[in-house]
Amino acid sequence: MSVHSRIYMDCVSGKPVDPRVIDAMLPYMREFYGNPSSVHSFSGEPRRALEEARSAVARLISAERPESIIFTSGATESNNMAIKGVAFRNADRGKHVITSSVEHMSVMNSCKYLKTKGFDLTFLPVDRYGVVDLEALERELREDTVLVSIQYANSEIGTIQPIREVAQIVHRKNAYLHVDATAANGRLPIDVQREGIDLLTLSSNDIYGPRGVGALYIREGLRIEPIIHGGGQERGLRSGTENIAGVVGFGKAAEIAMNEMQSESEKLRKLRDRLIRGLLDGIPYAFLNGHPVHRLPDNAAVRFSFIEGESILLSLDMMGVAASSGSACTAKTLEPSHVLMATGLRHEEAHGSVLFTLGRHNTEEEVDYVVRIMPDIVKRLRAMSPLTPKEVLW
Amino acid sequence: MYSQKVLEHFRNPRNMGEIKDADGIGTVGNPVCGDMMTIYIKVKEGRIEDIKFKTFGCGAAVATSSMITELAKGKTLEEAMKITRKDVAEALEGLPPVKMHCSNLAADALKAAIEDYRKKSGEVKL
Repeated sequence: MSVHSRIYMDCVSGKPVDPRVIDAMLPYMREFYGNPSSVHSFSGEPRRALEEARSAVARLISAERPESIIFTSGATESNNMAIKGVAFRNADRGKHVITSSVEHMSVMNSCKYLKTKGFDLTFLPVDRYGVVDLEALERELREDTVLVSIQYANSEIGTIQPIREVAQIVHRKNAYLHVDATAANGRLPIDVQREGIDLLTLSSNDIYGPRGVGALYIREGLRIEPIIHGGGQERGLRSGTENIAGVVGFGKAAEIAMNEMQSESEKLRKLRDRLIRGLLDGIPYAFLNGHPVHRLPDNAAVRFSFIEGESILLSLDMMGVAASSGSACTAKTLEPSHVLMATGLRHEEAHGSVLFTLGRHNTEEEVDYVVRIMPDIVKRLRAMSPLTPKEVLW
Repeated sequence: MYSQKVLEHFRNPRNMGEIKDADGIGTVGNPVCGDMMTIYIKVKEGRIEDIKFKTFGCGAAVATSSMITELAKGKTLEEAMKITRKDVAEALEGLPPVKMHCSNLAADALKAAIEDYRKKSGEVKL
C-alpha cells in the first residue's frame, strides 16, 4: 500500500475479512443455503461444512475434540455464556466469581450482572503493566469460588497474562477457569489442554473471519446452563439456526491462522517494535502502555503527555491514518479506560493514549510514515495545550 | 462523528495561543476530565479587542474554543457575556450529544475571563 492512500492500524476495532475466507463463504449463501437440521438433501452439505469448521476451530486451540466448540454470535455472547452459564449451573456449589480489573466489558458486565443475582464478585488488581496479581488470586480464591475469568491477553495494552500459572492456582481450589482469548487468538499459539483452560472465548473477526461469529470452547464433561433457549442447536447450549456461511468463514480463517500464525506474528512483532521504537525515540514525554516484553505481536499502545487522545486520533485521521484510543472522549462513557486506570495511570496520563493495532495488511513503509508524521501532530497539540510546560515545547 | 465545521476549526484553530499582558484570563475544566481550556482577553473601551485560547482536550474542545474566540472578538463585554454554550454548538453546526456537556466549556471560559477582567479593573467591587 502506498503511503498516500489510507493506512489502517485499528485492527482492535475490526479487521478486514481475508479474501480466501470470503471465497470459502460464498457458496454457503448461493448454493448450500439449506438448514443443517432439515431431513431433505439440502441439509447435507451445510451440515458437513458446519462440522468441518468446528474441527478447524478445535485444531487451532488444540481442543480434545470438535464437539467442545460451540458456535456463537461473537466474543460478547461467548463471554456471557461462559460466565453466566458456569455460575448458574454451579450455584449450589458456591456463589463466588473472580475476574480481573482489565477485562473486556462483556466479561466485566456479565460478572456485575451475576452480582445482582446474589453472587459475590472479586476484581483482581493488576500491576503497572496490566499483569494480574497472582498472589491476590491465591488469596481471594475461596471454597465457594466457582469461576475465575481472566483474559489471555489485553486488547488495549497488549499485555499477555500468565495463564498457565493462573490455571494451576484456580484448579488447586477446584474452581473453573474461563479465558477470553479474543485478543490473543491467531496471534499466539493456544493449547487449551496443556494450559489447563476450562472455557475459552474466541472471535472470528479477530482472525480475519466475518463478524457476527464466535465460539466458546467448553472442556469435555463441564456442564453449563444455556443462556439462549430455543430449538436446541449446538448440543442444546446455543439455540438458533446455525449461521453456516459465517461459521464456514470462521473455520477457514482458523485454518489460515493455523498455517500462517507463526510467520505472521513474527512479521507483526517486527513492525510493532519498529513503530514503538520510532514513536518513543522521536517524541519526548512519550511512553509505552502495557508490558514491554509479554506483549501481543500486533499491539503498539503509546501515550503522550500533556495532550488528549481523541485530538491525536483526529489529527492522524486527517493524515490518512486510522488508530484508536483508550481516551474517554471516544467511548460512550466519559470515564477514561478502566484498563489504563487499573494499571495505575492518572486520569490525565490515560487521556493521552493512542492504540495502534497492526494487521496482515500493514507494511514497514506504513509504519515509517506514522513514525514520520507523529512528532508534528504531538508538537501542534502540545503547543495548543495549557498543560504543556514551556521547556517541553520544541 | 463531527460536522465539517468542527473539523475545520480543529484543523485550523483561530486565535490559538496566549496573550502575554492579558486583561482577563479564565480557565475552566480540568485535565482529570480530559478537557481544560484557558481564554485570554484584551479589553479596550469595553470591547474585546483581542482574544486567544489554549486547550487540552478532544476535537470538540478545540473547535469550541476556536469558535468562541471568533464569536467574541470585537464584541462588547455585555454582548460577549450573553454568548451561550448553545450558540457555540450551533455556530459549529452541532456537536455530538456526548460532547455537549463535557467539551462545550468555551462559553464558560469566556465568562470566567470577563469576570477576571472586571475584578482586576475594579468594575466589580470585591
